[in-house]
Amino acid sequence: MKVLLSWLKEFIPDLDHDPEEIGEKLSALGLAVESMEVVGSELPGVVVGKILDLRPHPNAERIQLVDVDLGNGEATQICCGAFNMQIGDFIPVATVGSTLPDGMEIAQRKLRGELSNGMCCSASEIGLGDDSDGIMILSENDPDREWDIGSSVSDTLGLESDILWDLEVNANRPDAMSISGVARDLAASLGLPFKFPMDLNGNPQVTLEAGIQIEIEDPTLCGRFLACVVKGITVGPSPQWLQNRLIHLGMRPINNVVDISNYVMLELGQPNHTYDLHKIKGSRLGTRRAKVGERLLTLDGLERTLSEIDGVIVDGDDNPVGIAGIMGGASSEISESTTEIIIEVAWWDPPSISRSVKNLNLMSEASMRFRRGADYGINMERALNRVVELLSETCEPEMSKILETNGNLPDTSPVGISNERVNGLLGTSLTSEEMMDLLQSIGFESQEVISKDEDENSSANNFQVIVPSWRWDTQTETDLAEEIARTFGYERIERTIPRGPFTGQLSRFQKGRRTVRQILIGTGCDETMPMPFLAPGDLENAGLSSTAISISNPLVQEESLLRTSLMPGQLKIISYNQSHRIKKLKFFEIGHVYLPSEDDQLLPDEREYLSISIAGGDATQIVAILDMISLTMAFPNMQLKQQEIEGLHPGRSAQVFVAGQERGAVGEIDPRVLRNYGIDDSVAWLELDLGSILAGPFGKKKYTSVSKYPSSDIDLAFEVPDDTSSASVAGCLRKAGGTYLKEVQLFDSYKADTANEGVRSLAYSLRFQSDVGTLTDAEVSELRAACISEVEQKTNAKLRE
Amino acid sequence: MSDLENLAKEAEEASNAASTLEGLAQVQAQFLGKKSKLVKAKKALGTLPAEDRANAGKEINEIKGQIEQLISGRKAVLQESEWSSKFNEERLDLTERLGSIDRGHLHLITQARDELEDVFIGMGYSVAEGPEVETAWYNFEALNIPDWHPARGNFDTIFVDLGEPEEVMLRSHTSPVQIRTMESQEPPIYIVAPGRTFRTDSADATHLPAFNQIEGLVIDKGITMGDLAGTIDSFVHAFFGEEVKSRLRPSYFPFTEPSAEFDISRPDGSWLELGGCGMVHPNVLRNCNIDPEVWQGFAFGFGIDRLVSMRYQLDDIRELVVNDARFLRQF
Repeated sequence: MKVLLSWLKEFIPDLDHDPEEIGEKLSALGLAVESMEVVGSELPGVVVGKILDLRPHPNAERIQLVDVDLGNGEATQICCGAFNMQIGDFIPVATVGSTLPDGMEIAQRKLRGELSNGMCCSASEIGLGDDSDGIMILSENDPDREWDIGSSVSDTLGLESDILWDLEVNANRPDAMSISGVARDLAASLGLPFKFPMDLNGNPQVTLEAGIQIEIEDPTLCGRFLACVVKGITVGPSPQWLQNRLIHLGMRPINNVVDISNYVMLELGQPNHTYDLHKIKGSRLGTRRAKVGERLLTLDGLERTLSEIDGVIVDGDDNPVGIAGIMGGASSEISESTTEIIIEVAWWDPPSISRSVKNLNLMSEASMRFRRGADYGINMERALNRVVELLSETCEPEMSKILETNGNLPDTSPVGISNERVNGLLGTSLTSEEMMDLLQSIGFESQEVISKDEDENSSANNFQVIVPSWRWDTQTETDLAEEIARTFGYERIERTIPRGPFTGQLSRFQKGRRTVRQILIGTGCDETMPMPFLAPGDLENAGLSSTAISISNPLVQEESLLRTSLMPGQLKIISYNQSHRIKKLKFFEIGHVYLPSEDDQLLPDEREYLSISIAGGDATQIVAILDMISLTMAFPNMQLKQQEIEGLHPGRSAQVFVAGQERGAVGEIDPRVLRNYGIDDSVAWLELDLGSILAGPFGKKKYTSVSKYPSSDIDLAFEVPDDTSSASVAGCLRKAGGTYLKEVQLFDSYKADTANEGVRSLAYSLRFQSDVGTLTDAEVSELRAACISEVEQKTNAKLRE
Repeated sequence: MSDLENLAKEAEEASNAASTLEGLAQVQAQFLGKKSKLVKAKKALGTLPAEDRANAGKEINEIKGQIEQLISGRKAVLQESEWSSKFNEERLDLTERLGSIDRGHLHLITQARDELEDVFIGMGYSVAEGPEVETAWYNFEALNIPDWHPARGNFDTIFVDLGEPEEVMLRSHTSPVQIRTMESQEPPIYIVAPGRTFRTDSADATHLPAFNQIEGLVIDKGITMGDLAGTIDSFVHAFFGEEVKSRLRPSYFPFTEPSAEFDISRPDGSWLELGGCGMVHPNVLRNCNIDPEVWQGFAFGFGIDRLVSMRYQLDDIRELVVNDARFLRQF
């Protein structure tokens, strides 16, 4: 909502504060100032010019040559990039030597060989509104006006220096969507009197019979409906001062009737609609819910198909002439020939308008106010009268009395307030009188509750508040506590710190996750955090199942799916970094994946995965990191099971099991997948369902006393078929070695010889030690024999002699 | 007699001549070993007249002592010189860095998140988490944002194709974690909930469709708006520094009442909007079966990405999701 200082002053006559201070007050009231600017400054050297001729530029297609008369009767040539003007139009021209509000200095220039002696200006270039779309045609809405060619544009338009604030108005402040509402709050916070400048009762005089009927058919849709007939209208341009204000607040002037309707909406926050009386069949306006499939051509020129979610205003034939609270219909639009009109002001049920806005995907200035809850009180009559009052500046309107009919209006019963509860919520110690005074300053009337009971309990109400009709949002004691806090000033509330009963700490899960991160940065991995969206084809390119949850309203195709694996995102990161010639890429990520639920759950099966990827790395490197994590975190019974896994190199991939559950995969990315992602190196890969692992069960680290006796080391080498895992050989060794076997370490693996294909040699060093005495040579060789025999019996490995 | 006197001189010359520890060992054997003149002289003591024996014995011992001392002195010198030539050989220029142990880096968001968590843990809070895909109940309705509410439009929600249209979505704020915590836990509650949030924003220098927030929730008896302002102040001091001030400005959120934006002071005296906060709306408490007549509390939340972006003056927030290693390795 934009507000002008001069306009606020009409409601706060004593307002003479510094604009900076006013801005700070507005922000402190919850009307955050998004911008403040000085507008309508003097424009020396910017004059009214008349277009005498328009010619193409001989050397440039996007520029035309404009001959303007600047008051001396001669043609002055200007090069101009806009094409929206016609010969005979009057436009603002910045003459050579002038300076525009944005600091641009105008000099004679040559553009592609043609002289330009000044600049044709858009509205925004002369500091009047935001419209920079084409040159401002002064005569557009007022072709009959006599223009004083060469005169100052700021004098001609009556531009006066003013301050314009753009305020952020929250959804709970219907009143602040108007100049008067902002002024009411501001006056209260500055301790100045607030008043409506327009006389509610005196004018204009009622001289007509209305001659129309109004009716509310659905009282849940429309709470109040007012209309009056006005005759003696001459449609033409509205007064320049009014046009200027509309432009400053971001609206485009059209004609007096439409402009005044908009002006009153901005001033009083009361959307209102004008109909051409003769285009309303049956001289009747009714309101009802729309029928499914009902159609209406709206003022913006589009045909809308309605449903029972929407409300309509209908004529005597029950045909829609407007969408309730959002936009009028084209059929009864004001035209140049309109002389008699109906002005209508209504109060629509905010949730109904909100749903309709969403249903039709149609937002308007009116709906923005109705969905927040417009004023349902005397302000509606004030708005009607104000429209007629302003019309009388450009024509001689005659007005009928105002017709009124009511539906369901908000509950207006007083809201009880407990002084103690409000202070208990805010942390203040205000008296009831102070609270009542604060509310009074913004128009909330209250009265003290005289307690009949002397020993009233603490939660009893101390006073009652009547919520004014412009604050539909305010319904409860808590709502009123906010108004008390706001007018009291948040900054004046004493700051305290609550002392909870808890010792703050991370959960076991959260501590574990932090430890995993620390381990990984210790191994040289950089943490990545890509967005969790995928493009169609990303999963297939990674060799993974394409089943993924899709986004209903993606902005771009690249973000239309939710990831089911961290792999596509990581491959893109590696590809990106390689294309920037960055070396030694070791990345990890801990992030959510969203698996389709297998049962009837509404939400996806969301899991927190860990991935590690090493460009140029091989599977053994990443298994070593996995071991490091597993041992540090004491993952219970972490095991690898070699097998083919989608997306991974078929010969270099294994499932990871923790506590008997499959929890991920490790290996190297399938080279065909790498090719899809434009990666020309190998990529070692690990993906773990870290969230599930960290949820437990947990392994235990426990103490065993260190043996005091000497140990004996032996080496054993086996010929092992390729499909027999080292893990199974080592498992046999451990089983046979029992508690005497303190360490097993694979220290060599090589292809034995070409004659023995499919077999490799694995060499282990074993350390035996007893906790109760020194092992004899005989005992060690017994253990050795047991180990060999276990391996040879349980696997296809043979001792290498 | 003079034989033995010469012996000491000879031993001194010989040991000085020895240039290695091995050579010195030979000298030692020659003058003090079993076949040395001293040992022979000692054996010959018995042949001397009884009255001379004592003096001769004493003389032998003195000379033996002298020789032992000079050999051990020489030994120390040789040992020292051996060490020093070894050290010379092993000398390394430690500024020659041929290889390095690459250290990894935590993502800036993780670093900030950990730091924020730690500040609140110090204040007695625990850390709560929740799913990133949520239902309309958790993301909106339980938070006092009914389907018609004008505020719903402000969330620019990303919906997913599950359930009824607009029933399931990527959470547009971390506030659903408030509801999940209140549903599953009895008050008093002191939590912060960091996590990823989503809006249908096109990625540009200041916006991302996926970003991170942290949210705080306190539900206890007698919690006031003064407690909220004090908590925010205390957090701001801990995180940004003692000199940084905070202030609350009236605002509106459907799930808090009264609601506020909170700002922090910049060195130049201006204010920077950081996040939103307020007293938990009684309807929100009721939706979680908590009696608002008994319990009340406050909530606050703000963006982590923005915080990081401010702290490091990132000129493009997309750096946080591009994952260029040259960016990641700066921190």
